[in-house]
Amino acid sequence: MISIKPNRAGRSLRRSATQDIKGRTIELLLLLCGISSVCAIFLIIIFIFAEGLPFLIQAGPNFLISSVWQPTDNFADGLWGIFPIIIGSLLVTVGAVAIGTPLGVACAIFLAEIAPAPVRRILVPSVNALAGVPSVVYGFFGLLVVVPWIRGQFGGFGTSVLASWLILFIMILPTIISISTDSIRAVPKEFKEGSLAIGATHWQTIRSVLVPAASSGIIASVILGMGRAIGETMAVLMVAGNSITIPNSIFAPTSTLTAQIALEMGYATGAHREALFAMGIVLFAFIMILTGLANLASRRRIAY
Amino acid sequence: MEAKRRELVPLALLWGAGIATLVILIVILAYILANGLPVISWHFLTGEPALWGQTGGGIYSTIVATLAVTSISLLVAAPLSVGGAIYLNEYTKETSLRMVIRQAAEILAGIPSIIVGLFGFLFFVIYLAPFTGGWSMISGGLTLAFMVLPISLRTSEEALKTVPAELREGSLGLGATKWQSITTVVLPTALPGIITGLILGVGRAVGETAAILLTAGGSLNLIQSLRDPGRPMTLNIYNVLTEYRDTTTAYGTAAVLVIAILAITLITDLLMNSYTKKLKGL
Amino acid sequence: MDIATKTSVEISVKSLNLWFGKFQALKNINIGIQKNQVTALIGPSGCGKSTFIKTLDRMNDLVDNVKITGEVVYQGRNILDSDTDVVELRKQIGMVFQKPNPFPKSIFDNVAYGPRVHGVRKKQNLNEVVERSLKAAALWEEVKDRLNESALRLSGGQQQRLCIARLLAVEPDVLLMDEPASALDPIATSKIEDLIYELKNDYTIIIVTHNMQQAGRVATNTAFFYLGELVEYAPTIDLFERPQDKRTEDYVTGKFG
Repeated sequence: MISIKPNRAGRSLRRSATQDIKGRTIELLLLLCGISSVCAIFLIIIFIFAEGLPFLIQAGPNFLISSVWQPTDNFADGLWGIFPIIIGSLLVTVGAVAIGTPLGVACAIFLAEIAPAPVRRILVPSVNALAGVPSVVYGFFGLLVVVPWIRGQFGGFGTSVLASWLILFIMILPTIISISTDSIRAVPKEFKEGSLAIGATHWQTIRSVLVPAASSGIIASVILGMGRAIGETMAVLMVAGNSITIPNSIFAPTSTLTAQIALEMGYATGAHREALFAMGIVLFAFIMILTGLANLASRRRIAY
Repeated sequence: MEAKRRELVPLALLWGAGIATLVILIVILAYILANGLPVISWHFLTGEPALWGQTGGGIYSTIVATLAVTSISLLVAAPLSVGGAIYLNEYTKETSLRMVIRQAAEILAGIPSIIVGLFGFLFFVIYLAPFTGGWSMISGGLTLAFMVLPISLRTSEEALKTVPAELREGSLGLGATKWQSITTVVLPTALPGIITGLILGVGRAVGETAAILLTAGGSLNLIQSLRDPGRPMTLNIYNVLTEYRDTTTAYGTAAVLVIAILAITLITDLLMNSYTKKLKGL
Repeated sequence: MDIATKTSVEISVKSLNLWFGKFQALKNINIGIQKNQVTALIGPSGCGKSTFIKTLDRMNDLVDNVKITGEVVYQGRNILDSDTDVVELRKQIGMVFQKPNPFPKSIFDNVAYGPRVHGVRKKQNLNEVVERSLKAAALWEEVKDRLNESALRLSGGQQQRLCIARLLAVEPDVLLMDEPASALDPIATSKIEDLIYELKNDYTIIIVTHNMQQAGRVATNTAFFYLGELVEYAPTIDLFERPQDKRTEDYVTGKFG
């Protein structure tokens, strides 16, 4: 008869040192994997700042508020104002969020509350697919469909603020939809049942109970969508027109921090390259502010 | 009844929003596929690129480049993310360290790809040039790993969280060590979720452009080693469009990408469903 | 407490105190668990009986913020000592949980799990252990033709017997059972009880139950826990028919619970 019992005869219940060491080694290795994300953040910050911060300090506030961008490879010969680029980034982002929010939130409510199961079975993976489409494909679609359409309808080049809005809002939809849906789903059943029990209709319940209860999550989703929009590079690069001027209409071309970095990194050297890293720092600051706001918003969530 | 009728409008709008989202996706995909599928042929997939300045030709070298950078990123990010998720879910309690790691992963996931690209350029292309070969598949792949890591980490952690505590207790109660319990019960149970996370990471790597633009080089030649520069498919779309307005190649490449993304979405969807069923014992 | 002196004692607990944070869940517990007998732990929920048996195989280690003082002597050593090999301890003192917790694997793999992690590799040996354990858990006849099916497809009662079989395959000396039948229907429950009665010839069994009839049916000795204290510990018949403590009497006569 096979037995594992005899093996332990005479073996004490005292833990052996080798066993200890093995367990500890595994835990240490896993810890290293765990903190790799933290290390990654620090590496990124250290390198971006090491390259961009000296320039930022040298250029001073003028970098942010002056309007002429004439980069050269040594600092003294160039003009270093990125104000129009910052405005471009903000303009493009705000417009995309303004279009994407109502549609995204409505779609989230639909998914969480209205959609019958078979519709949801199709719509959820569709939203995931929307998130998975590479940004360069969105840019491609924008360049070949949206831009010519704008050119035909409204004149001009077509590459414009409006074109950026129309592409970017699609790209931030998945962020808004999935996070909002989750936060509406997270509202306790009792809230909904309580409202329905006093004779409120489904729509009244959605409007006056579910959405307010999920509002912090919805707000967080919009802020994260904003982060996605301001950080987007390829699509904007392809449809915005990349002109460093403050646009005077939504049909005029513009440029963004991301697009300008992508465009100029290919040939930038010396001070010019440092300036692009400084632009990276500015972009990073925007992202950090938005991440902080999103965290604040979701922390405000009522503790159910 | 009056109230009911008044509700038709908002309800119709909500339906409209759901349908609109679907329509947007369908329009984009249909447009790309309708124009791109006719371009795809055996020659397109395996042929050599057109000579400089000409349009047309095959995209074999770009497919190889995409596979190269994606594999490298996965090779680095997969163990780190799965190991990290195991550490977070199995070894830490709700401590500040856990909060810090989670927060870091979240921030990492939110950093714009162009910034990761700037970092990758400085760190891998310039500083580590003796190892990476400068602009190369290694530099591109390692940069992508920074973007794949938080996605897989998060999904893996979620998957581990859904493994019921009773299973761990059951295993420990039989005298299995912690590590045995993790490898023989926890990980197999969470495997579909973990694989989903890795596939999502692959999707991210395959679709990324901006970071690649600054780190992978962009040469259309077929790579001979991982230290060679190359041009993944996404970058090729951008380049052929902006340099030669070669829409044919762009359509074809985009269609290949879109098919890949659809396959990824479909596979993850099926995996997650079978996973839920498995836990229910069906 | 005359039990402790009568026959050989498998586990001897001395001055055991346990805190979850500031809350004291066990207060100065002294008890001797008899070898090859069934000992039932009864008491109203929250009385500390589950916490108590989890201390015996150090499962409370998995909970945050636990502080334990006192001694649990098994095999001549205090298993609460920090250098105890808990893995080896849990091999010898096995636990069956309240809710059946089969792994999402086949029936065979569930039972073979313990032997495998303890180094048994040969298919033939595994077959033998699996068959023997399933027979000992009175499940063999019901599952012998579908050993490769998922364990999750078994009924609740079958799952619980599978968990017992899984445990028996590790060949423990002591079986801890935390309300093993509370999630089961009456028929499944009686099967589990029959099984417990069978198993006591070979194992020392400690069973937590809120069901006094169950304690009466299966246990040689019964301990009554109340608010973290061990109020009374006696042969089952004595405890039910001649309780010494007023609180025990109130509980077994159904005045509270």
